Amino acid sequence: MTAPALSTKGLAKTFGSLVVARDIAISLPKGVRYALIGPNGAGKTTLINLMTGMLKPNAGQILLGEEDITDLEPQQRVRRGLARTFQINTLFPGLNALEAVTLAVCERRGISRDFWRNVSEHREAIEEAHDILVKLRLGDSCYQPTRELPYGRQRLLEIALALATKPKVLLLDEPAAGVPQEESGDIFEAVAGLSNDLTLLFIEHDMHVVFRFASHIIVLVGGAIFAEGSPAEISADPRVREVYLGTRKHG
Amino acid sequence: MALTGSIASPQAYLQAQGRWQPVEVAFWLALLLPYVLFPNYLSLASQIAITALFALSLDLILGYAGIVSLGHAAFFGLGSYTAGLLSKYGWGEPFSGLLAAAIVAGIVGYATSFIIARFRHLALIMLTLGFGLLLGELANSASWLTGGVDGLQGVHMWKLFGYFPFDLYGRAAYTYSLAILFVLFLFARRLINSPFGLSLRGIRENWTRMPAIGAPSRRHIQTIYTISAAIAGIAGALLAQTTETVSLETLSFERSAELLVMLVLGGAGRLYGGLVGAAIFMIARDQFSGIAPQYWYFWIGVLLVVVVIFLPNGVLGGLSKLTARWRRK
Repeated sequence: MTAPALSTKGLAKTFGSLVVARDIAISLPKGVRYALIGPNGAGKTTLINLMTGMLKPNAGQILLGEEDITDLEPQQRVRRGLARTFQINTLFPGLNALEAVTLAVCERRGISRDFWRNVSEHREAIEEAHDILVKLRLGDSCYQPTRELPYGRQRLLEIALALATKPKVLLLDEPAAGVPQEESGDIFEAVAGLSNDLTLLFIEHDMHVVFRFASHIIVLVGGAIFAEGSPAEISADPRVREVYLGTRKHG
Repeated sequence: MALTGSIASPQAYLQAQGRWQPVEVAFWLALLLPYVLFPNYLSLASQIAITALFALSLDLILGYAGIVSLGHAAFFGLGSYTAGLLSKYGWGEPFSGLLAAAIVAGIVGYATSFIIARFRHLALIMLTLGFGLLLGELANSASWLTGGVDGLQGVHMWKLFGYFPFDLYGRAAYTYSLAILFVLFLFARRLINSPFGLSLRGIRENWTRMPAIGAPSRRHIQTIYTISAAIAGIAGALLAQTTETVSLETLSFERSAELLVMLVLGGAGRLYGGLVGAAIFMIARDQFSGIAPQYWYFWIGVLLVVVVIFLPNGVLGGLSKLTARWRRK
């Protein structure tokens, strides 16, 4: 049995008296597609922040493969293969998509300290960046400044930037947040088309999307894991129906 | 900037970004005009070139990495005193003086960069301001070394290449300053078009995203801060060498603040902004102070307010917008 791609043990975080993560133990096997669902304020984004190192946990452990990454800086975790995207666009407004993804590729390849040669001389890095953009169907708008891109394309660029780090595990925080429903399918089609070696965890509210793209679901409520299982198990779980699926509230 | 119409390959596109534009060539050729048109103003031209180099050093950290500094004169002054003292105590060779100034300013820049790289925004402004004031007072109190308020006397430079003396008319001074400015500009231009330059722009555009793509932002900031400090030191050394004196004013808060004004005036983040800003500022000072010296800052205030309101990206930002509009027609 190989080690899970990403796992946590007894992860806990409080802000003052507010508990945002309570004894969270999860384990993502290699190549699975997990959905992380739960009502608003359940601590889903907090969990991603903890796993990626943007927040420090009060207790617990995070392991990437077999390595304990709990004390590593965010960028060190990225270099080891744990990448994320953001619910609210966190892009480089003044760079175009090609520059932004090339930047990420150069950082990964360790050529970002080269201050002498022109970027264009790093042919392989540029080709790799361009390939990622083409794969996400951003090839035709890659010379446009990010701030001028339509919103849906900016959401795709979020994913492109994360892919440029060549992650083993990718955490997607509501990849289709704010995208009109008829377009959100495009974004998840792009996600579904990613390599099967990639372990995915995504936060999503639209249950149709969750049931369609996730092989496994984790339900988070009040900072703790409430239920976990296959889509069939989760949709059949009466407790989940009660706290989450039953109420038609979005959030 | 944009390649309209034809879609180039990604490499060709990025290559085109760094290509020399005709307007750039024209700009540098125009800097030779003072020899012919204003032979009596070559001393001023030399000071403008030196200040332009100083502004270029600030642009590298402010315009590209988004690090605001109100204490950049610290490095300028360090360079000035290094070159000045070296000459006073017997070594007046200009080029090695520049190198020594770059090393001293660079070392101090590197030492402070560990703190600088941990802070952003207002905290950064206060920190750089603090460092600047600190160094200014140190130089003031160490008057046995620096000459204090009287300035450093007894600086005497050897001839350039052992042949060209620094004359009264500033001919050698302008040539020397302009040549150093041009060489370091070429260096800065290469740097910003490199992968490292791209990373700096990433830091400026989105500080939070950088760690999420695995980028060591702090290390990048330390590197560029050190480079910027060294260039500022060279600018300071040029001033000491061409004027053959060093005053406490080289370290002053006013110098740091004026530098920021020049860069904003010209337009940060476009390499030429500091050069154009320095020229506008210093020519304006020369002209206005002839009319009413005591009110000179009034006009700078007016200029600054007008530029920030109407040309948020400086004079060059306004110009590039204009030409873009003109091209579209």
